[in-house]
Amino acid sequence: MRAINLKLLRDLWHTKGQALAIVMIIASGVALCVTQLAALETLRHARASFYTGQRFAQVFANCVRAPAHTVQDIRSIPGVDVVEARVTLEVMLDMPQLREPATGRLVSIPDGQRPALNDLDLRKGRLPEPGASGEVVVIEMFAKANGYQLGDTVDAVINGRRKSLRMVGFALSPEFVYSIPAGELMPDDRRYAVMWMNQTELAAAYDMVGAYNDVTLTLLPGASEREVIARLDDILRPYGGLGAYARKDQVSDWFLNNEFAQLETFGVFIPLIFIGVAAFLLHVVLSRVIATQRDQVAALKAFGYSNLQVGLHFAQLVGVIILLGGIVGTLLGWWLGGLLVGIYGDYYHFPTLVFRMPPWVPVSAVAITAIAGYAGTFGAVRRAAALPPAEAMRPEAPPTYRATIVERIGLQRWLAQPTRMILRNLERKPFKSALTVVGLALAVSILVMGTAFMDVFLHVIDVQSNVMHREHLTVTLSYPRSRAALHELESIPGVVYAEPTRAVPATLRFRHRHRRVAIQGIPADARLSRVLNTELEPIPMPPQGILLSRVLGDALEIRAGDELTVEVLEGARPVRQIGVVALVDDFMGVTAYMDLTALNQLMQEGDVISGANLLTDGKDERAINDELRKRPMVGAVASKAAIIGNLRKVIEENLMVSLSFNIGFAVIIAFGVIYNAARVSLSERARELASLRVLGLTRGEISYILLGELAILTIAAVPLGFLLGDIVVGVMLTTLNSEVMRFPKVISDTTYALAASAVIVSATISGLLVRRRLDTLDLVEVLKSRE
Amino acid sequence: MEEEQIYVLADDTRAVVFETRGVTKVYHMGEVDVHALRGVDLQLYQGEFVVLLGPSGSGKSTLLNILGGLDTPSSGEVHYRDHDLSAASERELTEYRRHHVGFIFQFYNLIPSLTARENVALVTEISQDPMTPEDALAMVDLADRMDHFPSQLSGGQQQRVAVARAVAKRPEVLLCDEPTGALDITTGIKVLEALERVNRELGTTTAVITHNAAIAAMANRVIHIADGRIARIDTNADRKQPGELEW
Repeated sequence: MRAINLKLLRDLWHTKGQALAIVMIIASGVALCVTQLAALETLRHARASFYTGQRFAQVFANCVRAPAHTVQDIRSIPGVDVVEARVTLEVMLDMPQLREPATGRLVSIPDGQRPALNDLDLRKGRLPEPGASGEVVVIEMFAKANGYQLGDTVDAVINGRRKSLRMVGFALSPEFVYSIPAGELMPDDRRYAVMWMNQTELAAAYDMVGAYNDVTLTLLPGASEREVIARLDDILRPYGGLGAYARKDQVSDWFLNNEFAQLETFGVFIPLIFIGVAAFLLHVVLSRVIATQRDQVAALKAFGYSNLQVGLHFAQLVGVIILLGGIVGTLLGWWLGGLLVGIYGDYYHFPTLVFRMPPWVPVSAVAITAIAGYAGTFGAVRRAAALPPAEAMRPEAPPTYRATIVERIGLQRWLAQPTRMILRNLERKPFKSALTVVGLALAVSILVMGTAFMDVFLHVIDVQSNVMHREHLTVTLSYPRSRAALHELESIPGVVYAEPTRAVPATLRFRHRHRRVAIQGIPADARLSRVLNTELEPIPMPPQGILLSRVLGDALEIRAGDELTVEVLEGARPVRQIGVVALVDDFMGVTAYMDLTALNQLMQEGDVISGANLLTDGKDERAINDELRKRPMVGAVASKAAIIGNLRKVIEENLMVSLSFNIGFAVIIAFGVIYNAARVSLSERARELASLRVLGLTRGEISYILLGELAILTIAAVPLGFLLGDIVVGVMLTTLNSEVMRFPKVISDTTYALAASAVIVSATISGLLVRRRLDTLDLVEVLKSRE
Repeated sequence: MEEEQIYVLADDTRAVVFETRGVTKVYHMGEVDVHALRGVDLQLYQGEFVVLLGPSGSGKSTLLNILGGLDTPSSGEVHYRDHDLSAASERELTEYRRHHVGFIFQFYNLIPSLTARENVALVTEISQDPMTPEDALAMVDLADRMDHFPSQLSGGQQQRVAVARAVAKRPEVLLCDEPTGALDITTGIKVLEALERVNRELGTTTAVITHNAAIAAMANRVIHIADGRIARIDTNADRKQPGELEW
């Protein structure tokens, strides 16, 4: 090996503590990036192959009841390839082992055959036999979550009649990768089942013989999706069509897209902070290495090494650190990515989820790190390359110090000599001091960010359960009914109060944009489920007009005061111009709100409800559930306790993992920054401090001079870190906001306190490590040599 | 070789290696200007051993740095054979140092992370016709210390490694800045013996800076420098061997 390369390796070994700290930070950033992006790539690939393999449909539509002969009309729409008409319905399940109500979705398949579209991936068992009664294939995760075996039965209430369903197969479906009960936002595998049943049997049970209420289709290459959707709507309109929609609006796919976007944010945004810090530390350490090697640079140049060779030499030092960090990070990311994909496997139900690490993922992560690292060290390398050899021969000119501002304004008599040294040193190198403060502040901000997400989620849960939704149970009726139904619900023992709800499917149009939503009718005197503004105050329902979620308003590019066209997709299907009263900053979903009375007037239906929110006495929810299930008018029941419990479980399992990663990595950053700052100060000032020891200062006194400076920088970094954390959390939340969920910025005092203490503890430990070196400072040796 | 003929002035003079005319050097140190050289005219001849003598701050290091292509004069001309060093570019100066000059510094400037052998190899790897590091170290009597790191060597040994490092490329000139400045007499003499041997055996033009007048006795010529100018030049008719020096 060439001598100059040996020097490189030994220099690296000599600064191993600092180099290791930087390698760890780079590795953390690269690992985070690689983990998230590779996991995302894995999911995307799994989804694409699942969709293709199972012939996932491209256009979907529901209607009330369309005669079978219309399928031929749909097939003849230009651009349509395969059409599959089905019967689907939501049912209540009777699962005695569960405290909470469970629901299911029954989907018909051709008798004894696999469907032409949205094919089942049969994991176990078989399809229902043609002509067999009560046989179903159920979605695999429901069986797993409840410990069902093939041949077990579950009771469902279909069209008011109880029916025992025997599970003959377990399957996965591209339609239900993310399977969520209607109106909820998180999958809950225990309480929600998708089941496939023979067409003939399901149609008979649901009065759908010779008809269908659900159609899916694929398109020929080059077909216009828009055009096909418009034609399909025309065909289904007379049969209660609820508006056709494309794959990207299909619930499971829509959730997946939202989730993938979030993963991408996490995979890119947080690693960038790490890479920035690493670049800064590389700058600090390399500047110092070059400063201590002035005489060596001079010698190299005196022997005839060119500026370029000297520059390359130091650039290689940076390169080795980046490469090491990249390799460690990639390996770490490989391992963590495997774990993460394992966790995702519980939430996203793909038949095969094989971890994939396409080469571009680590290559681009390392390339970005290299760009940042070299940007950070370019100045130092260039200075070393340009250092005139004769100048490098001389020791650095003594730095110019002057009285600090504190002293100049007349406070010097309060300051002891060592304190003056600290202050002067800080003021002499304001840029360097500032960089250290920024580095530490970034560590604080990552900690703030890591824990703030917990605050945000807990806050959302708290607001959802205690402020917005004060009901205990939500009942959805099988179909809209008169207000008398409300009194029936209220008369169930244990129900204290029932509040009516009305949801009406509609297409909202503004100019060339449109969106299919459910308009929620809210009673003027709502006490349980209310619309809140960002200050969590209830927004009074205007007697006329409509309120929209802000995301919906933005999607339609509409503002308060504009009028939009409401095309109702139910009942008499009225079409009306309605004024938008306000855009509402709600947390979840895409919703339009109207006063219940106004909505009923729009529907020309009198006093009608489609569901109710129930306040119970909190004693025996189970008994109330049983009572509700007995009533044919009840389509579905959701328990708030179950939903919130599930939400907490998901957060604890899923989020805690990534949170502990973040916190661990932030501590690495804090430690790396402070340890580097302390080591650099020590090497810069070892001579000065040894001289002070020779003059009779104690170890404690010189430690004060060195560590006091770091303490001041650390303390200065804390409030800046809070501020940065606040900004970072804001930006992250904005990028994480989706149509599924919007996050308010909430950061608790505990979060701030935790971040500050973690950084201060890291700083203290690094300080103690350096202090140990100060204690063993060899006075004679330090004074003899030039460095 | 033909080009060198130009500088043969008369039968009794040797070829001129260095020639300076009116060389000045001004440093801007913060807010003060330091006049290190105030007009130096000088000729150094092939194969001679010259001592530049002067108190600290007299400008002798500056002169040596300029001769070695480490620094450029503020005004005046510097010629190394047919090279105009005062007009040379950074790249040309690097080439010049790489192929023609060997440096020895007061504080050795060894790379602490490399062994004696590797420190020498650092230079031989970029030279055109070098000795092996082993031969160079044998010349300074350090064959048995080749794999020691600088921290494992005494000051005199370190300086001899530096001598080996400087001569390994077979330079035409050897420039030494206070080579014994940090050494005691015994080890200092060993270093001087190494320099004398190189000068004698390889015919390398050698210039040694020192403020130690005793060393002057081993030179062909002694150039006295004071206050940035040449004060006087003595010629030694009778050179002493390093072993005979005392200080």
